[in-house]
Amino acid sequence: MQIDLRILRFDPERDDAPHWERYSVESDPMDRVLDLLHRVKWETDGSLTFRRSCAHGVCGSDAMMINGRNRLACKIRVDQLGRRISVAPLPGLPVIKDLVVDLDGFFAKYRSVLPYLIADDEPPADAERLQTQAERARYDDTTKCILCAACTSSCPSFWAQESYIGPAAIVNAHRFIFDSRDDGAHERLEIMSDKDGVWRCRTIYNCTDACPRGINITRAILEVSSAAVETSG
Amino acid sequence: MSAPAVTEIHEYEAVIVGAGGAGLWAALELARNGIKSAVLTKMYPTRSHTGAAQGGICAALGNLEEDHPEWHMYDTVKGGDYLVDQDAAEILANEAIETVIELEHMGLPFNRTPDGKIDQRRFGGHTRNFGEAPVRRSCFAADRTGHMILQTLYQQCIKHGVEFFDEYHVVDLIVEDGLTRGVVAYRIADGEMHIFRSIAVMLATGGFGRMFKITSNAFSLTGDGVALAYRRGVPLEDMEFFQFHPTGIVGIGILLSEAARGEGGILRNDSGEPFMERYAATLLDLAPRDVVSRAIYREIRAGRGIGGKDYVHLDLTHLGKAVIDSKLPDITEFARVYQGIEPITQPIPVTPTAHYAMGGIPTTVESRVIMDEHNNVLPGLYAAGECACVSVHGANRLGTNSLLDILVFGRRAGRSMTADVRAAAGALPVLPAAAAEPVRAEMEAMRGRHRGENAQHIRLELAAAMMEECGVFRTRQSLEKMTHTLRELRARYANVAVQDTGHVFNTDLLEAREVGYLLDCAQAMVAGALAREESRGAHFREDFPERDDTKWLKHTLAYKAEGGPDLKFKPVTITKFEPKPRTY
Repeated sequence: MQIDLRILRFDPERDDAPHWERYSVESDPMDRVLDLLHRVKWETDGSLTFRRSCAHGVCGSDAMMINGRNRLACKIRVDQLGRRISVAPLPGLPVIKDLVVDLDGFFAKYRSVLPYLIADDEPPADAERLQTQAERARYDDTTKCILCAACTSSCPSFWAQESYIGPAAIVNAHRFIFDSRDDGAHERLEIMSDKDGVWRCRTIYNCTDACPRGINITRAILEVSSAAVETSG
Repeated sequence: MSAPAVTEIHEYEAVIVGAGGAGLWAALELARNGIKSAVLTKMYPTRSHTGAAQGGICAALGNLEEDHPEWHMYDTVKGGDYLVDQDAAEILANEAIETVIELEHMGLPFNRTPDGKIDQRRFGGHTRNFGEAPVRRSCFAADRTGHMILQTLYQQCIKHGVEFFDEYHVVDLIVEDGLTRGVVAYRIADGEMHIFRSIAVMLATGGFGRMFKITSNAFSLTGDGVALAYRRGVPLEDMEFFQFHPTGIVGIGILLSEAARGEGGILRNDSGEPFMERYAATLLDLAPRDVVSRAIYREIRAGRGIGGKDYVHLDLTHLGKAVIDSKLPDITEFARVYQGIEPITQPIPVTPTAHYAMGGIPTTVESRVIMDEHNNVLPGLYAAGECACVSVHGANRLGTNSLLDILVFGRRAGRSMTADVRAAAGALPVLPAAAAEPVRAEMEAMRGRHRGENAQHIRLELAAAMMEECGVFRTRQSLEKMTHTLRELRARYANVAVQDTGHVFNTDLLEAREVGYLLDCAQAMVAGALAREESRGAHFREDFPERDDTKWLKHTLAYKAEGGPDLKFKPVTITKFEPKPRTY
């Protein structure tokens, strides 16, 4: 089948502003959008620029806006989209070139939530810490995050207030706050209670819709805000 | 447009190229020891392919049944068809235990047993009591163990203040007068060249599976570090051994973890027969990957592929929804997304996929790079992980031993670098004049050529030919044909032109450069495969179908030379287990 593919292009060395370009691309219904982008890059225009690596939805490189929704280009098939497909960079983030956005701010926010285990007690010398299956299940959902930025860049609260820490950082705080082995919850919840923290969430659910890993992000945010209330109370 | 002439020079005591498991654990080790170090990656660290590993990491913890490091060592040696250096395998099996425990202490969310310990499951080729039956040795976090390892190590690096240079693509290694002096990196954001002057340089750049058409490997796995070392005179060891994983998604090669068979999944042919009974009577579907991949191809060749086509079925339907959802959630999603198959009720079409390089940059067990057949080291250069060959995998790697390899020998690289940096007492090596100029000239030639070959067409032709001529089955004829094809592709590659002539985020240029690395790796592989007139592990010669210990119980070293690689050999280290016939 022939796909009418529109891509929002921007080359800072040539263009004053982003513009749409159209490509007609031959495709199989089971092809992914990443296949179409490669076909354009390899056969038509080598300057088309995007990030990608694993090509099966686990590295998080190729998040972009596809038909108006943030998704991974390697995880959405042509037959799920139809014959007209539009591709644009993730919204709300500075564009470097074509579909590549600047993620430095995104990763700085991730680092700000102390995204590592903080344990007060020394672990046993030659053995693992024990954790029950129920304790392990408590934070399972938020361990799936691949830091693709699809959630944060889909969030209207983030668009309105760039300093908002955003869903991805909260997801990663959640992953440790609810880990029975961790003792850093208090510190993290203070960060979460900052004016640019968890209270900026308006439960719009865009983040949950956008997550390619199926994480229930809105629920995680609500659990973090409940914990923050309990701590401050 | 002319290239920016600026070359910034950075000074560090240690520089690590690559931010997967090996690079990150080395970085952590350096940070804990107060060594001033930098990690360079052409992506962001969390994009590294360690994150795609699924099934688990083996360690003889014995949490569910009796197990011993010596059993693990034996399985590793036999799995590698006795080409494994046994001193290295012993270290791997012994240090597995403390490595897994330390990962847990770092916060890795392992699945748990009912009594709260790290859960363990069966995996291909891992057995109890020297081959009696499968053993529960693989420690796992659902089927995203690699993701959890990558995340946990990155988190620890953040905690310890490791300095990262994200999206810095290393394009040259600076070696002069037998001493490593640093690397040249191309900053992707603006095309500027950066020199990193350093006492210690570690290569941790992963594999080169993108030389094959059907592969589980990320697009980023183009053998960068392997080829750069090769171009600087380092020989490549055992490159002819490349593993094809039995269960890839048909047509695109995405991996469906061996954990699926570890949990009880069964391979079936067109008549529904569980055909592994005929190939490996004891371990059945949990035989090592080389054995299972050849069995699948033989079924297909005999016309017993599904509907006579070139794939078989991986059947999980008897496992039940609960097991599938809790232990294999990601791979069942892959089947749904990429094949439209529901694994709870339908068998999954699978075919072997190019997966893992056993060979690579030769190293000592301290992860120091070896530069000749006498095991002399190249001062200042270290390597670990898939780009390296220590050699714990020999002719065929067992499942889960790659995650173990990157961590055990990544950590050892960090410790060796720490020791060597301290011995140097802060004295940085002198840089050659204009150290960035040779690679800058190569890249500018490619950028400035207005008409020429499309590098991606060369890559696609390379990948199709390698799959056909240098895959699971090889013959003298197929390898000679491939040698010829490579010569032609290399001639065309010399005339590559890129369409994107800009400096900002020029992936057209960098991906063209990566094709050159793949060609180097492929030449070393084909030369080794043509020379090795025997069948051992993943290297199967139809014209020499038997293992030949008299002539070939030795490692191959391929040196880059005019007119094709120059081959030399070195002995295998055998300590505890004398070579025996390998049956499962």
